[in-house]
Amino acid sequence: MSRDIMQERYVDGNPRLRRFHQARWDEPVIFELSREGQRGILVPEVERGIRDTVGDALSTLPEGLRRSNLPALPELSQPQVLRHYDRLSQENLGTDLNVDVGQGTCTMKYSPKINDQLARSPKVAELHPLQDEDTVQGILEIMFRFEEILKAISGMDRFSLQPAAGSAAIYTNTSIIRAYHAHRGEAEQRDEIITTIFSHPSNAACAQTAGFKVITLYPDERGYPDLAALKAAVSERTAGLMITNPEDTGIYNPKIEEFVRVVHEVGGLCAYDQANANGILGITRAREAGFDLCHFNLHKTFSAPHGCGGPGAGVVGATQELARFLPVPLLAFDGEHYHLDWDRPDSIGKIGPFYGNASVILKAYAWAMSLGAEGLREVAEIAVLNNNYLLAKVLDIPGASAPYAEGKRRIEQVRYSWQELAEGTDVRSEEIGLRAADFGVHYWTSHHPFVVPEPCTLEPTESYAKDELDEYAAILAHVAEEARIDPELVKTAPHRSTIHSIEHEPLDDPERWAVTWRAYKRKVKSYPGGGK
Amino acid sequence: MNKGKATVYPYIPNSVPAVKEEMLRAVDAQSTEEFYEDVPEVLRLREPLELPPPLLSEHELKRHVEGILARNRTAGEYLSFLGAGCYQHHVPAVCDEVNGRGEFLTAYAGEPYDDHGRFQALFEYASMMGELLEMDVVNVPTYDGFQAAATSLRMAARLTGRRGALLCGTISPQKLSKIADYCQRSMELRLVEYSPETGQMALDALRDAISEETAAVYVENPSYLGFLEVQGKEIAALAHEAGAECVVDVNPLSLGVLAPPVTYGADIVCGDIQPLGMHMQFGGGQAGFIASRDEVRYVMEYPSRLFGIAPTRVPGEYGFGDVAYERTSFAVREEGKEWVGTAAALWGITAGVYLALMGPQGMAEIGEGIMARARYAMLRMDDIDGVQAPAFDAPHFQEFVVRFDGTGKTVAEINGALQTRGILGGKDLSQEFPALGQSALYCLSEVHTQADIDQLVLALREVVAE
Repeated sequence: MSRDIMQERYVDGNPRLRRFHQARWDEPVIFELSREGQRGILVPEVERGIRDTVGDALSTLPEGLRRSNLPALPELSQPQVLRHYDRLSQENLGTDLNVDVGQGTCTMKYSPKINDQLARSPKVAELHPLQDEDTVQGILEIMFRFEEILKAISGMDRFSLQPAAGSAAIYTNTSIIRAYHAHRGEAEQRDEIITTIFSHPSNAACAQTAGFKVITLYPDERGYPDLAALKAAVSERTAGLMITNPEDTGIYNPKIEEFVRVVHEVGGLCAYDQANANGILGITRAREAGFDLCHFNLHKTFSAPHGCGGPGAGVVGATQELARFLPVPLLAFDGEHYHLDWDRPDSIGKIGPFYGNASVILKAYAWAMSLGAEGLREVAEIAVLNNNYLLAKVLDIPGASAPYAEGKRRIEQVRYSWQELAEGTDVRSEEIGLRAADFGVHYWTSHHPFVVPEPCTLEPTESYAKDELDEYAAILAHVAEEARIDPELVKTAPHRSTIHSIEHEPLDDPERWAVTWRAYKRKVKSYPGGGK
Repeated sequence: MNKGKATVYPYIPNSVPAVKEEMLRAVDAQSTEEFYEDVPEVLRLREPLELPPPLLSEHELKRHVEGILARNRTAGEYLSFLGAGCYQHHVPAVCDEVNGRGEFLTAYAGEPYDDHGRFQALFEYASMMGELLEMDVVNVPTYDGFQAAATSLRMAARLTGRRGALLCGTISPQKLSKIADYCQRSMELRLVEYSPETGQMALDALRDAISEETAAVYVENPSYLGFLEVQGKEIAALAHEAGAECVVDVNPLSLGVLAPPVTYGADIVCGDIQPLGMHMQFGGGQAGFIASRDEVRYVMEYPSRLFGIAPTRVPGEYGFGDVAYERTSFAVREEGKEWVGTAAALWGITAGVYLALMGPQGMAEIGEGIMARARYAMLRMDDIDGVQAPAFDAPHFQEFVVRFDGTGKTVAEINGALQTRGILGGKDLSQEFPALGQSALYCLSEVHTQADIDQLVLALREVVAE
């Protein structure tokens, strides 16, 4: 009689944790695969007729401008290149593969395949941005329609789709704030931007880059943005408030209207970083809260794939009053033709080379169209349900806590703390994450500084089934238990990853760091044991 | 949609009503309303968003989007001579294959243990760019070439503690607009005159303008207007004499045949990698690079992530991680250098694939072939009555300015007539560079055959004679 395999895959009716092992190809660096003379692709030859006319084209180059040696690129055949990169891809855990709730603040939702397919169409891929407008009516229509959708979702009056990602959009907001005050003759006076510690670091960093002094508010003891601190911070020097809501803790600021009012009263503007919009689509909008500006990340909330860190898109919304400062060009429609409106004299100008990442915008449009108003609200509600469900599960794990707003519900994510576990076991949050990798999932601590001690931020989005959330919670519970029983096992993780613990010291040591292979070959002698 | 029957959304597993109920029960909630208790009543939307009706089935969605896109007629369907920052090249199938893999396409910011592949691929991208540029430090891509140029200038300002930037006078007005916005409170920009005959930077004007306030001298090779700046060595020397950084913006695809800027004195090199395997995508395939020597003072001024190679605890195993992470805004918020965030990593991986496929020989051949085609096009176009090509007496790489003043026609008229003949003429420069009269920027690449160029010339002859 054969054994009942099913019985061994379940414990007390629950599935056992996966016996996962990440791909480990031990793949060489591509230069090591090179063999002289191999070719990966051939380029079209120059025809005889051209040659006969122009002779040696390179002879037009003066001595110092002509490359004297071939670049020392690797030489590989095409199948070798493909195998190399396919192996590297297998050593990469995309959202397509894992229960990707561990990268909080990033909204790692499902990116529908149909949208990728549509964006790959030559009708998008082979469009040059400077073609005559008559020849690109289709893509302009998509962009125009998408702006209409964004206007409805946010209540704002105009959008620019130009910024290439979230932080570029945040920077655009700072630039618009600067232009607005300059327009009123208050550029010198208005030199302070206020943000909160649980807003994305780019709100502070972009404001600094744009020339503002940054004031960062910390939460009150319950974890809410501190209204008293805001009132103390504002003055005639306030240029603006740049704030996330819900914040990266998953806590919605119930006094957001008052925050906006306090800043408006001193003459400042309010920019809403909507990176965390996934749980409030169709629930509440930037307009009603009184914001002057807002931005969405299309690679987060609107499902466009994250691409290992871009290309993304960050769209900036503005009220009618501020729309004149948006980057050029904006989209326009005269009832028959779509076109690009460059005649905007107060615009801050260009933020990027053309009109934004059109293929990312197309994916976001298709996603929104597949859901409609009811569907978008379903996205929000299920994302929030999933989050509160996972919250209960995680709080059941001894050693885990969710600081602030105790006993309250959260919106779309939670910043947890393993402080209690760390105190009992000396296992840190980061180490829990490395052990979680052994079970085939991501885990991220949090943005610095760690205001919440031993933090991790989980954001389940709407894309994971209940069973998958159970699996993620079971992994965390298992690792926390290991931390108590066998802390060494956790502290030496990962054990089933592509690689083992990295020696980090060389990465901060100018004598040993190496950002390129050529630098590595030059420096390798100084590694202990001479490197590989 | 059937009234009263809840839609189960394919992208939303827990939209099944029974599952929703079960999960609500598990957290002691009556409805999802409870989760929004902190959202004040006055801010709550009570009506559905005013959006078009959804296209619930995948088929309807596909048909809808394809229907709209059908109104596009692409550069590929025309014979196109457009460039000006976005280039039509052959994209190797392997580039699309690799960047279409879900493992890369849908990953984001995992640790080097779950995302080893991404770290290695981007390290290799930087390494291959490093060989092309002969520089030891190359960043994980930023948004685009505009951003790369703007950041390079701000790096120079921080490195020197100075505010002045002297830029080549033929820079694209749009790129200048970006740089002006980005450097508004930190730098003073000034354009350096150029020779109307050759386009070359006027060295006397540079000498007059440069001072101990100058942080950077910025030149482009090839320039926005297509000609090559042949005085790189002299310009870099003048910059260095004044204690300034020499920043050179370069098209990486040209470097199989053109000397890397470091050989004529560049300190910081920047540009856009779109030509290296990215489809044009209506301008959505751009990504910026910044490169420098491997000196601490340079490395510490990069805002971008820099991925380095490092040993692991297992001998012979490569690991990768962030180099000098503490300089970034991820680590120290506003205390970091500018900022870092999502940018264009997938295009970096793709450019790596492109360079690995092309190899040294491919890069040399494509560069030489492009120069030959451009030269052929210039010679043939210059033969047409009233047409001058190129407008600048200088070597060119792939783009060149064509003057149509002698034809008595505007570029707009000529391009309109070409378009009816299935040809997209060069970018009209008459607004951006009034001094060039009725001029257009033409672009050639390896995709053009002799017959294509002859077809253009024939059409132009007809159009100008009309």
